[in-house]
Amino acid sequence: MKLFHFRGGVHPEANKHHTAHKTIRVMPMPKMLYVPLQQHVGAAAEPQVEIGQHVLKGQLLAHSQGNISAPVHAPTSGTVVAIGEFSAPHPSGLPVRTITIEADGEDRWIECNTPADPFELDPAEISTRVGAAGVVGMGGATFPAAVKLRLGMRSDIHTFIVNGGECEPYLTCDDRLMRERSIELIDGIRIVMRALQPKNTYIAIEDNKPEAIAILTEACQPYDNITVVPVPAQYPMGSAQHMITTITGVEVPADGRSADVGVLVHNVGTVVAIHKAVRHGQALISRIVTVGGGAMTEPQNVEVPIGALLSDVIEFCGGFKEKPARLVMGGPMMGLVMPSLDVPVVKGTSGIIGLTLDEITPKPTMPCIRCASCVDACPSGLVPLEMASNIRSGELEGAIKFGLVDCIACGCCAYVCPSQIPLVQYFNYAKDELAAQQRAKHKAEETRKLVETRKQRLDAEIAARAAAAAARKAAKAQKASEASA
Amino acid sequence: MSNLVSGPHTHARPTVPWIMGQVMLALVPTTLFGIYLFGFPALNLFVLTILTAVFAEAAGLAMMGRPVRPFLFDGSAILTGWLVALTLPPWAPWWIAVMGGLFSIVIGKQVFGGIGQNVFNPAMLARVMLLVAFPLQMTTWINPIPMFSANAPSFMDSLAITFGGTIPHLDAVSSASLLGNLKTELTLGHKVPEILIHSHYSIWEAFNGWTSGSLGETSALLILLGGLYLLFRKIITWHIPVSMLGSAFVWALVFNLINPDRYEGVDFHLLNGGMILTAFFIATDYVTSPATPVGKIIFGIGCGTIAYVIRTWGAFPEGVGFAVLIMNALSPLIDHYTRPRIYGRLRSGAPIEASK
Repeated sequence: MKLFHFRGGVHPEANKHHTAHKTIRVMPMPKMLYVPLQQHVGAAAEPQVEIGQHVLKGQLLAHSQGNISAPVHAPTSGTVVAIGEFSAPHPSGLPVRTITIEADGEDRWIECNTPADPFELDPAEISTRVGAAGVVGMGGATFPAAVKLRLGMRSDIHTFIVNGGECEPYLTCDDRLMRERSIELIDGIRIVMRALQPKNTYIAIEDNKPEAIAILTEACQPYDNITVVPVPAQYPMGSAQHMITTITGVEVPADGRSADVGVLVHNVGTVVAIHKAVRHGQALISRIVTVGGGAMTEPQNVEVPIGALLSDVIEFCGGFKEKPARLVMGGPMMGLVMPSLDVPVVKGTSGIIGLTLDEITPKPTMPCIRCASCVDACPSGLVPLEMASNIRSGELEGAIKFGLVDCIACGCCAYVCPSQIPLVQYFNYAKDELAAQQRAKHKAEETRKLVETRKQRLDAEIAARAAAAAARKAAKAQKASEASA
Repeated sequence: MSNLVSGPHTHARPTVPWIMGQVMLALVPTTLFGIYLFGFPALNLFVLTILTAVFAEAAGLAMMGRPVRPFLFDGSAILTGWLVALTLPPWAPWWIAVMGGLFSIVIGKQVFGGIGQNVFNPAMLARVMLLVAFPLQMTTWINPIPMFSANAPSFMDSLAITFGGTIPHLDAVSSASLLGNLKTELTLGHKVPEILIHSHYSIWEAFNGWTSGSLGETSALLILLGGLYLLFRKIITWHIPVSMLGSAFVWALVFNLINPDRYEGVDFHLLNGGMILTAFFIATDYVTSPATPVGKIIFGIGCGTIAYVIRTWGAFPEGVGFAVLIMNALSPLIDHYTRPRIYGRLRSGAPIEASK
């Protein structure tokens, strides 16, 4: 199959060999589980259980609200002991609304609603079931999968790409999933195909995963409309836009979504979650997490219940060999630094990586020497060095001109920077500033509208009163004239 | 553990000091050869220029209240001084070295705000300033007198040459550079082939470097070796050297074909003067050249073309220094017009149309 190239990208040391050969282990249920209500892009879920209430595994804890949202479910059976604030798995460590469950040890499932044959289901019914199961993008974007499916059904999708790129160093959770759960994956793919009716379906896998490629090629033999496509190992291949370009040669418009070009991309983990949701009626309550990095005693892939604390997971893996210089959730390119070990695993947690000082190679930031490595590395055609210098001098407009809003925060620029300039940090800051400005502008606009409406209302009232007074006066005058007549 | 840092949490290994170190490593062959060919006075000049550059850097940093240590050890000042030295006549007096070192760092770099901020290549700025201000000293070319050879100055002699400013038997040891000689002879109405025969021009010597010229510019072979090393190490890309040498090649070829009596051949332009050193080591300066491949090609073509024009029709025999400075000034403009196309957008910046 002819593949296409995207510009830029980098080849960081993969470091996947520590975990790629090890079978996924299932972690025993911890005593306490902390399930945040916001684990996805969009509105937070709204609790519908009460403190003290007993819940079963897979039972709905909080329902989605709004167009873009996802529900959350109980990862095991037990008692709701708290509905309140708990540290989020985010560098800030700020608290978010979280439902805390004390496991009862029985791990008893709620009765699941399973269809007789998922391939008889109406496409709309498939997306409803996916939405009800709380499935979100598990590659890290955490966009609600049902919303994406609905968007796809409206847009006439010709190509469905199953993203098994896994371009982040260290991470092997998708690799292991593809190797060990190929039957579930293929079933999930066929369910999505039933919903979208695409002409072509590709499972795209970076060519540094030959075992996964072999296993899935074998597994999709019976289905001649599913093709396994080995793609070059080049970070950020796993970015949906760049994967679309690699496979179809088409770019997603800057103001559009992949559905606009007739393509829909789902991560392999998401597709397996869709399989569980539709085939077995099971909600998304666990995921596979790569526990790795030089600081880990026993790097491996673990199936972890959502809501388990990082400390529980790391303890299960034998703890730290040395104190990590930086603990990251996700991969080392785009992952978030964790404020502590007392934050829960969420639906988007692909990895828990404890990096040693040697692995993060921290060096002092030096001035930009305009070497333009960042320009060559940027997969989106931006000019990071100019963006950074504009941001430094407070010129947001200038930064936008060089591509701020098109930045996907992949980190290629900062990875290659010989001056170790924290470019992504600059861009995140500027994007925040931009959002704040837009919010302020929106607010001012709304205020202006309200003031105007109020003025109109007051004017109308005054006019009405004046009219009434005039009418009364007229009536009086008429009465008087009638009386005098 | 709790530090608010964005990804990536891993880095490629190259750092600024490493890059500077690699460039210096690539300069070692031509430098050693130049010092060998022109003896102790060349060594004095080399050491003096670098020391002055480093001193100027340290002083500049201290005066601006910047941390001296990390910036001094990034290697950029040493490299600048090194490059200035390579472009000087090998037996130039001490004050040429000192002025070159000072001018390149203070005027060429620090007044713009230090590393990464300068518009012009510091080494070329110093070279051109010295050439315009001190044309005599800057065009006193020494014939090859290898170190330790019969007529070579001893170390003590070299001190007299460098610091005393007197070159014994000047007429015997010096000659006009090929470029300079050619320019003079052409104005006297002689033809290029005759001039070249009279001045014993040999392609082989111009290539291996056994000829008079600037300290580090004579051996095209060794400079090429260093340049290829930089390409191999991915410190530089091919765009600027190839487009600069390529454009000089094309101009030289075309005009030589039109009138070989008036215009020198391709080999003459590429192998003499600072053409090759500039193409690989100076025009490729990150700070003062464009950021994108297309921009680099435009920049290189500009350098090669202007250098050829000045050499052929200008008042100065050598034009690469002026060419680089002119193109340096145009770099921001070139960058402006050669920005890469953003993913999902047209060159104009408008989003592309969705194509199904």
